[in-house]
Amino acid sequence: MTDETVVMRGVTRRYGRQDAVCDFDLTLRAGECVGLVGHNGAGKSTLIKMMLGLVRPSAGSVRVLGEDPAVGAAARARRELGYLPENVALHPSMTGAETLAFYARLKRQPVTRNAALLERVGIAPAAHRRVGTYSKGMRQRLGLAQALLGSPRALLLDEPTTGLDPALRQSFYEIIRDLSRDGAMVLLSSHALAELEGHVDRVVVMNQGRKVADGSIAGLRGLAAIRPRIRLRLAHALRAVANESNAWAGWSPVSEGVLELSCEESEVVSVLRGLPISAQDIEIIRPSLDELYAAFQKGAI
Amino acid sequence: MRQVIIIAGKELRDGMRNRWVLATTALLAALALTLAFLGAAPTGTVKVGALAVTIVSLSSLTIFLVPLIALLLSYDAIVGEVDRGTMALLLAYPVTRWQIILGKFAGHLGIMAFATVAGYGIAGLALQWAGNEDRGAWTAFTIMVASSVLLGGVFIAIGYLVSTLVRDRGTAGGIAVGVWLFFVLLYDMALLGVLVADQGRTVTAGGLNLLLLLNPADAYRLLNLTATPDVGGFAGVAGLGARTGLGPAVLLGALAAWVVVPLAAATALFARRQI
Repeated sequence: MTDETVVMRGVTRRYGRQDAVCDFDLTLRAGECVGLVGHNGAGKSTLIKMMLGLVRPSAGSVRVLGEDPAVGAAARARRELGYLPENVALHPSMTGAETLAFYARLKRQPVTRNAALLERVGIAPAAHRRVGTYSKGMRQRLGLAQALLGSPRALLLDEPTTGLDPALRQSFYEIIRDLSRDGAMVLLSSHALAELEGHVDRVVVMNQGRKVADGSIAGLRGLAAIRPRIRLRLAHALRAVANESNAWAGWSPVSEGVLELSCEESEVVSVLRGLPISAQDIEIIRPSLDELYAAFQKGAI
Repeated sequence: MRQVIIIAGKELRDGMRNRWVLATTALLAALALTLAFLGAAPTGTVKVGALAVTIVSLSSLTIFLVPLIALLLSYDAIVGEVDRGTMALLLAYPVTRWQIILGKFAGHLGIMAFATVAGYGIAGLALQWAGNEDRGAWTAFTIMVASSVLLGGVFIAIGYLVSTLVRDRGTAGGIAVGVWLFFVLLYDMALLGVLVADQGRTVTAGGLNLLLLLNPADAYRLLNLTATPDVGGFAGVAGLGARTGLGPAVLLGALAAWVVVPLAAATALFARRQI
């Protein structure tokens, strides 16, 4: 068994004339927690559906856990796969416990472990109420519980945290971290890069069906080459710049008494060392993830 | 097989939960009891048994009601789940698409079978208790109940075919009503019109047989109105039945084919559908 959980080679999926996914290469390994980021309609869900075999690629090949997911024989691979669809839909007339039991049986998992699973996602008290009475957050947790059935080796979560409050979101990420520590591959899709910070090892950015970036968030920062800016407050800033133009070369006034300098990451320390004691409120402004994301989406890189 | 049973079990439980089973059983029982006691009253002391009369009127009721119930039960089965998004999740599990269709069919047929057997059975037993001893008609009654379930199966299969053909639940519902109208009302009227206009010149007896077999509702009607001489003697159409030369085996075969063909077509279409 290789540790390559998902391998996609030159995958294209066309809907009519439009390419939802175009010439996509992707390798996801066991133990990795990967964020798939793109705006709505970038092709994230199509990509995940191709990994599940729900949608067949127009061109290219998809292997999940060593099998082609679109072939009926992929039943074995699917038993080791967990999927949480975007806006998970569950049968409203069944209770939480019944829903989980139904899916556990389909996956040939003992139903006895379900109670612990419901406990883990925090809906044990509501296990015997109908899903129709659940709040969005509870449905999402039950959805996560069904994805966790049978300790899957690959988890595909399509926008799992939309509509969850921050506290829930944290507990959600904790569960995901535990899983990836146990050696499962976790793929999380999201439309906001900032949200994934600190939760994923690697980010794949998609735009209009194409992969525009692939790497760690720090790596993406380097790749984006958006320079950090240093900003400080100085009394009589304009006069200082005029009098000592050598020392303040490159600095530009932003507003009354505030100066700003854009420099390379490697120069930050030397610039700070050279500052006079009278400089106040020194700030280092690095590009936010949203700016980074916007830069990738614009195709600037 | 295991997966089929799991899905069938879920459909059965759904049927219990949303009162489908209760409602259809109660409806069929109420109508059957009404027909059994009110419909049998005019037989009086005539030689025809009350149960035989009930069979004739019940099978006419079945032709209208059972296809409608079956279509209402089934038209939503695929398109509804795709629409709500539950199908994508289900297909991510180790289940093949034919197992889903077969499992749903088994579950829905189970609901139909329970409603028919219980609903009509109550009427049959009530007649028996009321003192209308009529042992000979019990065979015909059993055939009637069994073929009613089979007729339900036919329209469940057609409902699935409709459900896999379209992309919208509303459209599926509309087509289902259209299918019901066509097979239950329009087909016979059109057939009658053709026969009258044709005056037996081009439509031969063989052609008529084929046309009757092409409508599952007609196959069911012929099967029940000519099954036994006891019932046949009372049902006016017996003459037609005798002359068609369509034996029970052929009629049952036609009904079975009406289950298998739409179900196979639905499975093939569903296998190719992108969710």
